[in-house]
Amino acid sequence: MRSLKISIQQQDFSIEFECKALRSTHKDIGALATFTGQVRDINGSDTEHEMVESLYLEHYPGMTEKSLQDIVEAADVRWSILDVCIIHRIGELRTAEQIVFVAVTSQHRRDAFAACSFIMDFLKTSAPFWKKSKTQAGSHWVDAKDSDRQAVESWAEGSQKR
Amino acid sequence: MITVRYFASIREKLGCADETLELPAGIDSVQGLLEHLKQQRGQAWEVGLKNSAVLVAVNQSVAKMSAAIKDGDEIAFFPPVTGG
Repeated sequence: MRSLKISIQQQDFSIEFECKALRSTHKDIGALATFTGQVRDINGSDTEHEMVESLYLEHYPGMTEKSLQDIVEAADVRWSILDVCIIHRIGELRTAEQIVFVAVTSQHRRDAFAACSFIMDFLKTSAPFWKKSKTQAGSHWVDAKDSDRQAVESWAEGSQKR
Repeated sequence: MITVRYFASIREKLGCADETLELPAGIDSVQGLLEHLKQQRGQAWEVGLKNSAVLVAVNQSVAKMSAAIKDGDEIAFFPPVTGG
């Protein structure tokens, strides 16, 4: 891997700015895959859900950066990737605001797609961030999801799920 | 001295984000520290740290309850993560 940017910040980010910064530095990039997560107003299933007003994001400074770096290093071992940028926002975030951005460049699309997806799956299950959801009824800490844990298991070597 | 940090729902239940304390005599593992805190601090701590879903990090790396701890370590207790 050539470069890694990790930023944990309160302020919003510009997808356009970050993509341009990645693309303009080198000419060997053939693929740029990105993921952007944002605050959804509905949480839960079709039958049982709540309307979210805002989220509060807390993290463990120091460990967060270290954990993200470990995830990216694991991706770098598996795929041929060039540059990685991870931005995660913290603090109070209202619906439709951006929370997280992951961008991966590589020579070819398959590596960029796979590494970007792998990094997001592991970010959700091992990077020390916690969400508190604020609804009209009050606020509560969000529970970890089984589906997120299963997503990580599907990346295990030899797994038939992917 | 050790530093102990608490995050998210656990921080709220205990009313404590972080503290520095002498490593109690005879305590040499995360599990030992956890039991010590639950016994010494009363019901709020017993309840706050009771959940089987309490995760732990030693020096900012995820660790097992059986992990060894020593003077100078930073130990953190937190619930399952929910970022992204």
